[in-house]
Amino acid sequence: MFEYAPAPESRSVVTIAPSYGLFIDGEFGEAKDTFKTINPADEEVLSEVALAGPEDVDRAVAAARRAFEGWSTLPGSERAKYLFRIARIIQERSRELAVLESLDNGKPIKESRDVDLPLVAAHFFYYAGWADKLKYAGFGPDPRPLGVAGQVIPWNFPLMMLAWKIAPALATGNTVVLKPAETTPLSALFFADICRQAELPPGVVNIVTGAGDTGRYLVEHPDVNKVAFTGSTEVGRAIARSVAGTGKKLTLELGGKAANIVFDDAPIDQAVEGIVNGIFFNQGHVCCAGSRLLVQESIAEELLASLKRRMSTLRVGDPLDKNTDVGAINSAAQLARITELSEIGATEGAERWSPECPLPDRGFWFAPTIFTGVTQAHRIAREEIFGPVLSVLTFRTPAEAIEKANNTPYGLSAGVWSEKGSRILAVADKLRAGVVWANTFNKFDPTSPFGGYKESGYGREGGRHGLEAYLA
Amino acid sequence: MPESSVRLSVRKTYKLYVGGKFPRSESGRTYLVDGDNVSLASRKDARDAVVAARAAQPKWAGATAYNRGQVLYRVAEMLEARRAEFKALGVKGSEVDAAVDRWVWYAGWSDKIAQVAGGANPVAGPFFNISAPEPTGVVAVVAPPSLIGLVSVIAPAVVTGNTVVVVAGNPQAAVTLAEVFATSDVPGGVVNVLTGHAAEIAPWLASHDDVNAIDLSGVDDGDLATELERAAAGTLKRVLRPSSAPDWTADPGVGPMTALLETKTVWHPKGF
Repeated sequence: MFEYAPAPESRSVVTIAPSYGLFIDGEFGEAKDTFKTINPADEEVLSEVALAGPEDVDRAVAAARRAFEGWSTLPGSERAKYLFRIARIIQERSRELAVLESLDNGKPIKESRDVDLPLVAAHFFYYAGWADKLKYAGFGPDPRPLGVAGQVIPWNFPLMMLAWKIAPALATGNTVVLKPAETTPLSALFFADICRQAELPPGVVNIVTGAGDTGRYLVEHPDVNKVAFTGSTEVGRAIARSVAGTGKKLTLELGGKAANIVFDDAPIDQAVEGIVNGIFFNQGHVCCAGSRLLVQESIAEELLASLKRRMSTLRVGDPLDKNTDVGAINSAAQLARITELSEIGATEGAERWSPECPLPDRGFWFAPTIFTGVTQAHRIAREEIFGPVLSVLTFRTPAEAIEKANNTPYGLSAGVWSEKGSRILAVADKLRAGVVWANTFNKFDPTSPFGGYKESGYGREGGRHGLEAYLA
Repeated sequence: MPESSVRLSVRKTYKLYVGGKFPRSESGRTYLVDGDNVSLASRKDARDAVVAARAAQPKWAGATAYNRGQVLYRVAEMLEARRAEFKALGVKGSEVDAAVDRWVWYAGWSDKIAQVAGGANPVAGPFFNISAPEPTGVVAVVAPPSLIGLVSVIAPAVVTGNTVVVVAGNPQAAVTLAEVFATSDVPGGVVNVLTGHAAEIAPWLASHDDVNAIDLSGVDDGDLATELERAAAGTLKRVLRPSSAPDWTADPGVGPMTALLETKTVWHPKGF
């Protein structure tokens, strides 16, 4: 195999300030406490960020409430133009934002540049166009906004999750208070600057950085009308419990344990690419990751050999290197969880394999890993690992594949690989999952509704469906 | 034997409706409602009803939409035929009319909702991409007492392929409606009816691992509704809780159906 020379993306396109305050009512202001955000690839401190307490959240919600009247009564065509402006600025600043995202999150620049940022801009463009067409969306002749939306997002796609939350909320006339994840606050703060650049009215978007408690203050705030959360099923349950009886509208996009089903007639090379993309994209920090490979017994040996060969060519390392395929694990805590579940996998009797793969000395790293001989009872087949770890199971018949695929409390996504159209459609019909990728995986688009069945949450983001979460 | 001039009437015991049969409560309990003996459902009955609803769900959802529409229309025919029974229970004729009409309205939705709630998505790439609604699965319903309310919570759930476990608000009307289902080609287990106390049975349904959604339209007690909502959070059930007392005579819109639907989006590459 040829070796690649280092091809680092320049850090100089982004200037990170030594500290950031909270973005409330159009202004950055300080909070009593702060916390540090680090680069997970080398543990270097990137910046010190404000930690919002209850009174800060209170101020942010009050600002959003004050802004609501003006924003919700602004003609939709005017709201649309603000969103188009934001979309344009994101496009103009996409290189800077991509580098920033890779620095704070650890994901390969190839991915933040080619996947995250284009989707972020596209999402704002898409919902911008809805702002003055809501009466045609099928939610009644005069759909109304809900009010103040409290939004809590995860660290795996920081800016993309922000776009999925903020774009539809603003298009429908709501105002927002958004809390980015503790380990990836920076791109949301840069987005706050973009709101100022776009001259968005103060208070329409407020960004409160912090940890779990900040998120809790926000979703439990009595003057919040709508709660939108993306994150773990465990936290989703707690939020659903705390919102019970308040009348707040709730949408949840939670965990997953997707089955990626490969039938014996699938094109092996394409399927292997899909499997690799399904579980190693974004270090496996993907709620819809194809973390359970279900392969038909008759081709299991051939497919696994091919998969291992392909995994051996994955480049793990510097997220800012343009050739990197797998970047850094987002945090020490997440690395500990992945390590723990992988050890449990081996202890429970599954066979562990990783390619030869030198890992950097500093930062948080985990080699791409597969487990074979996994049964449905193994914890690595049931629990969301949220890392580059694939559990391989086999099946003999389509019925068995469907049974195993659906044998999980989750229902976010699934994959099917086969050359037989009728089989794909029949299997897709029977999979209890919100997104089914057939002969592809991990594809996203602003027009395509995304969200789960069962304990993967409720509500959809994206497309016409995504408007419903923000309309009365 | 002396002939009696007055014929003694045959009284009816109002029993549960589970899996297409009319069992008594496994607990053996009954209670009196307006002089009628009614089975008093227990936790175990609720669980049995969930098992029956789950067993019936895949086949009901897998039936063609046209077929489900035919079955539901048959329900409307049988409901119309039993007008006198409902009137004897004190339901006004106009309300029976409204209930029949509501049922016919929903019957017609079976093969239309997928086009209204789903469709092709114009993604930026060479992919076929389509979103279609699917039933959420097993739905627990705490039903309001009125007949029009009762049909307005059952019909939108089952027309799309869900199966339901209903906690009756008015036991006699609900069991009489169950007798309509039992004679209308509705497969056993698609609708299950429990009579008894919502405060006793509903918490078991709200926390049940194999129930996908709960409709709280018939819960008057705000504290109980919140308790049920909280219990439902344990398995992230879809919860329907109207913000104010619903006007069952108003046009329901598609909301009661879409609240119990999941959206599935399927992608496939295009290429030669």
